Amino acid sequence: MTTLLIHAEQLGKTYRSGPGQELAALRGISFTVARSEFVAVMGPSGSGKSTLMNILGCLDVPSSGRYSLEGRDIGRMTGDQLAHLRNRYIGFVFQGFNLLPRMDLRDNVALPLLYAGIGRRERRRRAMAMLERVGLAGHAAHLPSQISGGQQQRVAIARALVTEPSLILADEPTGNLDTHTSGEIMGLLTGLNADQGITVVLVTHEPDIAHYARRLLRIVDGLIGFDGSVSEYFGEGATA
Amino acid sequence: MRATAIAGEALAAMGANRLRTFLTMLGMIIGVGAVILMLAIGQGAQAMVEDSIASMGANLFIVLSGSSTSGGQRMGFGSAPTLTLNDAQAMAELPEIQAVAPVTSNAAPLVYAGNNWSTQVNGTTPAYLEVRDWAVSGGAPFSAADVRSGARVLLLGQTVVNNLFGDEDPVGKTVRVKNSPFLVVGVLAAKGQSLDGRDQDDTVLVPVSTASRQLFGNQFPGMVRFIMVRAKSAEVMARAAVKLNDLLRQRHRIRDGQDDDFSVRDLTALAETAAGATRVMSMMLGAIASVSLVVGGIGIMNIMLVSVTERTREIGIRMAIGARRRDILLQFLLEAVLISLVGSLIGAAIGVAGAWAVARFAEMPVVVTLWSALLAFGVAAGVGIFFGYYPALKAADLRPIEALRFQ
Ligand SMILES: Nc1ncnc2c1ncn2[C@@H]1O[C@H](COP(=O)(O)OP(=O)(O)O)[C@@H](O)[C@H]1O
Ligand SMILES: [Mg+2]
Repeated sequence: MTTLLIHAEQLGKTYRSGPGQELAALRGISFTVARSEFVAVMGPSGSGKSTLMNILGCLDVPSSGRYSLEGRDIGRMTGDQLAHLRNRYIGFVFQGFNLLPRMDLRDNVALPLLYAGIGRRERRRRAMAMLERVGLAGHAAHLPSQISGGQQQRVAIARALVTEPSLILADEPTGNLDTHTSGEIMGLLTGLNADQGITVVLVTHEPDIAHYARRLLRIVDGLIGFDGSVSEYFGEGATA
Repeated sequence: MRATAIAGEALAAMGANRLRTFLTMLGMIIGVGAVILMLAIGQGAQAMVEDSIASMGANLFIVLSGSSTSGGQRMGFGSAPTLTLNDAQAMAELPEIQAVAPVTSNAAPLVYAGNNWSTQVNGTTPAYLEVRDWAVSGGAPFSAADVRSGARVLLLGQTVVNNLFGDEDPVGKTVRVKNSPFLVVGVLAAKGQSLDGRDQDDTVLVPVSTASRQLFGNQFPGMVRFIMVRAKSAEVMARAAVKLNDLLRQRHRIRDGQDDDFSVRDLTALAETAAGATRVMSMMLGAIASVSLVVGGIGIMNIMLVSVTERTREIGIRMAIGARRRDILLQFLLEAVLISLVGSLIGAAIGVAGAWAVARFAEMPVVVTLWSALLAFGVAAGVGIFFGYYPALKAADLRPIEALRFQ
């Protein structure tokens, strides 16, 4: 088992923005992420952060370059293999939570296990354990619309964790939350990283949030503008 | 395991939008119900016609007095009888012919113990029963000796028995026909309706000699109204028709170029035509009803397409957490198939109930066969798969990121 989890080489992504018009959202991004790292991704709006996250999460494919996850070349994989990766190795946390509105919280959390082929009883047991972990076991039978945004994001994290993935990708997970709730969510993610060694890559606009990470990746115009420690980036290196 | 879980997801989605699920089902309910009901009515009509044909007797000719057309004008049959008992005997000699029964008939009142019943009294020979494939259910038929002697004996049809005797056994009793006493020697087995809707059991058979000499007067001695002829098999029908014609022209001394003074009709062919017509009607009913099945299927496709568009984001989320293409395909396909299966189950129940109601209240014959139910059911499942496949494919072929971005 390699310690290298993510290996991105010259990733490029071009969108067709109109007839005959192309827009390069990523223009050659190379970096690696080792197991158990906690990386914050920052950058101006429209710089390509989400595009990068979607590629890392196997939701989208790069137009050029290579991406390997756990030593496996994503470019050579079939749709079903990618679905398998998303199911077992990656947990995605979205800014907008993306829970299924007509399903109660327990079933929302259990859903990835359904696609993993786990039996119903076991699905429910593990979903309840996850809800317990994010402090929402008492709300298992509620619908997403019946709880607050911060609680929904905790449910989304429980869902991301339920298949015990090695990588959590979070695209502005606190973007819709107030400062206090954001702190709770970040506490949860840092705990997972510290206690279980789960790798976390997280996009944020806020320096406060970025400070939970050790490493910072800054994207500017589809290129890497900075790759180093958070404290270095914020000019705090001397005081540490 | 995974497939059953996905079936659960499909069921949950159906349950989450009950009104829409029901409205989508309605197309299948109506379609399957209509197919089953229409097939039941069509097959009922067919069964009735086939019963009538079977009760008429097989390979049957009727030979009537008078030509079928005369100078473009129809002659009134029977007004001037031209057929004789001897004609009947001569016909029976033909090798193609199995049995021949001359018939002379008239309406007459019957009385028994204060009960009155007017019916058609047919004077004929014992061969009539063979020609018509008719059995006696009680007593025995009258004999050739009875015909020779002009005995006052009779066979009663079931309807006449019911009206004159009720539950009493008529065999051995004396009935007055036109005030003359007749001995009941037997009862005819029930036959039901004829093709033209007459009650075949409302009849009385007496020896032909007795009828013409004692009941209906002696206007044309030795003459009969019509002769019923049974050929030996279906294969010889055509040849038998020609031979009957030739024989009668010869016996009646009709020269070449002169019109027949009789007509030979193939009753079996006429009946087959009627049966063919009901078969066609039955198929048409089924075909028309099947159109509603297709319309129901298109309804499913319509709703499923809307549903896929509406749930694009949901599909994206499912894909993001690990649903494979075939998982999404299966979920939406199952949804369509379940809708059409449940719809057709309900439709089948309604169709059978409708058929029962038609039989009960409209007093029409209906036949619900297992195969018509299975057919409707199978077609419905097929329709569900066929019309559900395209929307399901559309859902499954969504790219995860595009589905997720969908607002
Ligand atoms: N599906 C798309 N089609 C066309 N252009 C897109 C699409 N997604 C993103 N873009 C463009 O690519 C660029 C990068 O977008 P994004 O990765 O979402 O940026 P960020 O997340 O850093 O704000 C933007 O200019 C955006 O408009
Ligand atoms: Mg973004």
